[in-house]
Amino acid sequence: MDVLLVTFLRALAFGTPLLWAALGEIVAERSGVVNLGVEGMMLLGAFFAFATAQLTGFPALGLGVAALVGGAAALVHAVVCVRLRGNQYVSGLALGMVGVGIAGLLGRGWEGTPLRTPLPELSWLTLSGLVLSGVVWVFLYHSRWGIILRSVGESPAAADAQGVQVFLVRYLAVGFGGLTAGIAGGFLSVAYRPSWTEGMTAGMGWIAIAITVFSGWDPLRAVAGSLLFGALFHLSFRLQGFVAPELLKMAPYLGTILVLTVATARRGAWWQEVPEALGAPYVRGER
Amino acid sequence: MRRIGPFLVTPNPSPSWGWSTIVSLLAIAGALVAAGGVFWAYGVAPLVAYRTMAEGTFLDPRALPEVVRRAIPLLLVGSGLVLAFRAQFWNIGAEGQILSGAVAATGVALFSPLPPALLIPGMFVAGFALGALWAAVPALLRLRWGAHEVLTTLLLNYVAAYGVEWLVHGPWKGSSMMGFAYTDLFPEAAWLPLLGTTRMHWPTLALGLGWAIFGSVLLSRTVLGFEIRVQGENPEAARYAGIPATRTVLAVALLSGGAAGLAGVGEVAGIHHRLLSPGQISMGYGYAGILVAWLARGNPLGAIPSAFLLGLVFTSGDVMQVALQMPFRVTDVFNGLLLLFLVGSTPLLQMRIRRVSGAGGEAWTSSS
Repeated sequence: MDVLLVTFLRALAFGTPLLWAALGEIVAERSGVVNLGVEGMMLLGAFFAFATAQLTGFPALGLGVAALVGGAAALVHAVVCVRLRGNQYVSGLALGMVGVGIAGLLGRGWEGTPLRTPLPELSWLTLSGLVLSGVVWVFLYHSRWGIILRSVGESPAAADAQGVQVFLVRYLAVGFGGLTAGIAGGFLSVAYRPSWTEGMTAGMGWIAIAITVFSGWDPLRAVAGSLLFGALFHLSFRLQGFVAPELLKMAPYLGTILVLTVATARRGAWWQEVPEALGAPYVRGER
Repeated sequence: MRRIGPFLVTPNPSPSWGWSTIVSLLAIAGALVAAGGVFWAYGVAPLVAYRTMAEGTFLDPRALPEVVRRAIPLLLVGSGLVLAFRAQFWNIGAEGQILSGAVAATGVALFSPLPPALLIPGMFVAGFALGALWAAVPALLRLRWGAHEVLTTLLLNYVAAYGVEWLVHGPWKGSSMMGFAYTDLFPEAAWLPLLGTTRMHWPTLALGLGWAIFGSVLLSRTVLGFEIRVQGENPEAARYAGIPATRTVLAVALLSGGAAGLAGVGEVAGIHHRLLSPGQISMGYGYAGILVAWLARGNPLGAIPSAFLLGLVFTSGDVMQVALQMPFRVTDVFNGLLLLFLVGSTPLLQMRIRRVSGAGGEAWTSSS
């Protein structure tokens, strides 16, 4: 029982950044825009949160800065693929590269330093992540704004005909995704592992995108997904005495591929929820 | 249609080579300006940074072989990815496929009973096969169960990297390498020949050039190439025409993964002569290869100049690391910004701008 409780708590701690990042990606993708730059936005968030917290002594302020930086980065992606109709996959990848590069460049002098004023690992941030998923759920399924957002992701032309500002909705949704991705990264550097190391997100951004797909773009199922992958990461750490650590580190990534495949193979139930216009740029006056 | 001053702007879905080049150069210029902003934030004056880059690459005759050396893996990866992207197979896993090729080459070099003369061909064959296999898995996951390849190929990069870590720390750790995470040195018969005193391993360079030509012929002159193009431009039409997605997707996955595998063979057999930590085998060539393919605008031959350009970026990264003490991450910033500007220039690319005579009318007419 004790082991279960410990595993649950650890899964909760590790699942927190995954959940924050996945919630943002769900909202962005519901508006029809894939943002593959989550990893880069998280790293930017992690670095700026750490630097701010270290300089001011206020980790919460660091999280605020992380949110702004993540949001700003996401808006670059939005401009490129909403306004300029660039390829969403490639633009997101590019954003990821820029984020990884800038965080690595600016963060060089801070490498390895522990944070003076860390937040506790399980804190209001974990709790508010859970609350946020409820809020996003209510927003998406039980509010007028949520219906507008989803209609933009399903059929932008129809939404446009109804007088919805398709571009504006997409900017806001992608920006929100950046905001939460920034906070997700910030959580890593001010609470989970209060320090800055280059590449400290280690692929979590990609796992968050996988959770988005796995959850069928549903914020409540994303909670389950985040806990599942959090537990997977924890177990891969716990089993280190028995198996080579490098092989264990593969486990969460292999697990993600497996779960993703199973989730998408179940076409009947969840996969149908994929926003119809996902990945396609909207051009006014076409179709 | 829109008229700006004396210019008439009309949409043009298939831009000419000249216009593609102009737009690409504009995007590169934009990326340079944006990168200047990042250098400035880092505390290096942009002009100083650019002067250092130019002095260390264009103006230094010793730099050219280094540029080509960096371009070799980029050319192989990029010209393979052009094929994948043409068929709308988003293979983002070249990094892992490079590592797979390196692992296969190491296995052959250190543990196979092949006679010395067959060692190098054997390494290339094995590297191609394992790289292709590493890409075939996500292709099959997509074809059979619909798992999106962007995620699966990317996640496999992490699996490959930890796999290499495990090999060099564990079963393949060199007997003479106390404490270091290396395998033993390859026998000399498994070293690729170099061009003169440079570090250009020419057999891989020849393979890369040959691969780009092969890809171009494949796309334009063969049935499979036709199927790849139809599949990429209109999957619905491909289905009606009876072109099975299985064949095209699997083919481009194998070809692009295999090419990346060859790049991995080149890195270990041409430069390091041993397997070592993943970050030293590929310094992000797999991701930069995406940029090479994008810059090539869908033409495998276009990967030749774009791989060279990216080789220049990587060499600049080296120069700035040495001269300005900047971290090598600077290449990521460059690559990312380049890619961002290239993607953002799509609308400009799909325009035709012509000068019209008799520009007496109003400067701006309504856009449609």
